[in-house]
Amino acid sequence: MLTLWGNVLASGILMGLVYGIIALGLTIIFGVIRIVNFAHGAMVVFGLYVGYCAGAWWGIPTIVAAVGAGALLFVFGYGLETLVVKRFVTRPHHIQFILFIGISLVLSGAQLIAFGPDPRPSVSHLSFETIAVGPIRLDLARLQAATVAAVMILALAGFLKYSTFGRFIRAAADNRLGGLMVGLPIPKIYATTFGIGAACAGGAGALISPLFDAQPFLAVDFTLLAFVTVIVGGLGSFVGALVGGLTIGLTEAFAALLFAPSLKSALSYGLLMIVLIVRPRGFFGAKET
Amino acid sequence: MPNEPLLTVQSLTVGYGGSTALDSVSISIYPEELLSVVGANGAGKTSLIRSIAGVVRPLDGEIRWRGVDIAGFPPWEICELGIAQVPEGRELFRNLSVEENLLIGGSLKRARARRSGNIQQVYGLFPRLLERRLQAAGTLSGGEQQMLAIGRAIMAEPELIMFDEPSIGLSPSLTRAMFDIVKMLHAKKTTILLVEQNVADSLSIGDRGYVLENGHVVLEGTGAALLTNKEVRRAYLGL
Ligand SMILES: Nc1ncnc2c1ncn2[C@@H]1O[C@H](COP(=O)(O)OP(=O)(O)OP(=O)(O)O)[C@@H](O)[C@H]1O
Ligand SMILES: [Mg+2]
Repeated sequence: MLTLWGNVLASGILMGLVYGIIALGLTIIFGVIRIVNFAHGAMVVFGLYVGYCAGAWWGIPTIVAAVGAGALLFVFGYGLETLVVKRFVTRPHHIQFILFIGISLVLSGAQLIAFGPDPRPSVSHLSFETIAVGPIRLDLARLQAATVAAVMILALAGFLKYSTFGRFIRAAADNRLGGLMVGLPIPKIYATTFGIGAACAGGAGALISPLFDAQPFLAVDFTLLAFVTVIVGGLGSFVGALVGGLTIGLTEAFAALLFAPSLKSALSYGLLMIVLIVRPRGFFGAKET
Repeated sequence: MPNEPLLTVQSLTVGYGGSTALDSVSISIYPEELLSVVGANGAGKTSLIRSIAGVVRPLDGEIRWRGVDIAGFPPWEICELGIAQVPEGRELFRNLSVEENLLIGGSLKRARARRSGNIQQVYGLFPRLLERRLQAAGTLSGGEQQMLAIGRAIMAEPELIMFDEPSIGLSPSLTRAMFDIVKMLHAKKTTILLVEQNVADSLSIGDRGYVLENGHVVLEGTGAALLTNKEVRRAYLGL
């Protein structure tokens, strides 16, 4: 019995780390540019297909595919911000919402054209392997995804904290007007931030390709998942995204154990509602100013 | 005047969706001069500084820096020319440390190579900032925040520093210290645009001055002449 709980706890934490990096992507974009990337889920699915293709077509390991997907999505995000998103930064929220829904639909449509509607199951051998850690069994695909996600989280934290450009990003998130006044290169900061956010989504997508069949329609699920995660943790907060990710990961895992697997999303949304009522700004969200 | 102006503002008009903040304002600043601009609340002082900095887009008019029209340049290019400001409300990065704020001020290409030396200079000028170098800027006292805003501007090695009401909210002794810093920068040949509601003090240290009223320049002259002007004495000094 205890072993079962241990297994569920471990798998909840492992998935939580992956959700954490997806949410981090969303939250960093919001924190700096003040827009919500409703195309985030479509970017995760983009990564999922990169992971699928890499494995099925070229036999490339998932980790390498994740790096490639991250790089690809960074370039895509950087370009998208420079060409399109930039023009919508000062527009009203509902216009931004429609823009990102549009981008999401275009991405999903492209995936549909390229791969069709049928699920593309992973060919990774990791999908079926587990290792034992004491009494607990961890499945390897999950462990690998979580480990790489943890490395990505640490790398991003270090970049933001210690590099010059990371400092620029934090300054722009802190005070955009002040940033303009001291001459921060705002366009480059925004484009890079959007690129980083997209890379988090894409990298995570490739990492979970051994766990999820690639399918265009998953975009909505992942967008909502990322959204719930950052709202629970606190929109715009780095630590909040991680805590939110772990919370959702554990909620889903225990919901599947205690109730039914099909109830796991329902429980996440239930948690979201409770958080919105009890603590509207999330665990780590800043006060509205 | 001895030489060409460093900065010329010509018929500058600034508005915010309907309301006009500056109406065809013309102002010149000469190299190494300390220019005072005074005016009541809402006269348009901040709008003047922000349009020179490129943060606010003017509706009309020219802003010439060494003869080149820079109206419409983005702020980061204007900063790179050597124009810095100590803004109204300080506009610090509140969640970043004191030192990080200074580092960002010194990140412009024009000053980056000498950044660590410049930080030491700022700490020499404001030892309180050195004591608090790892503290978040938002947790500093009002006076310390003002020092940090000045330090951050100095880090850019500017040719022109624009001060927007630096004495606001400061005690009389801190206000005096603030004016001493302005005078010290002036003595080191930095060109200064000083915007103040503290009319007596700012006109007395200014080489020249302008009086703004409702978006118009209504008076200009040397600091001393404006201080003895009847209108100024009645309207701003209550004499
Ligand atoms: N962002 C804005 N939107 C709308 N109106 C503005 C904005 N900024 C300034 N104004 C208006 O423009 C006019 C000039 O404002 P400005 O801030 O330049 O004056 P100021 O001389 O700096 O005043 P103060 O001494 O109170 O700081 C005011 O009537 C103000 O209400
Ligand atoms: Mg003002």
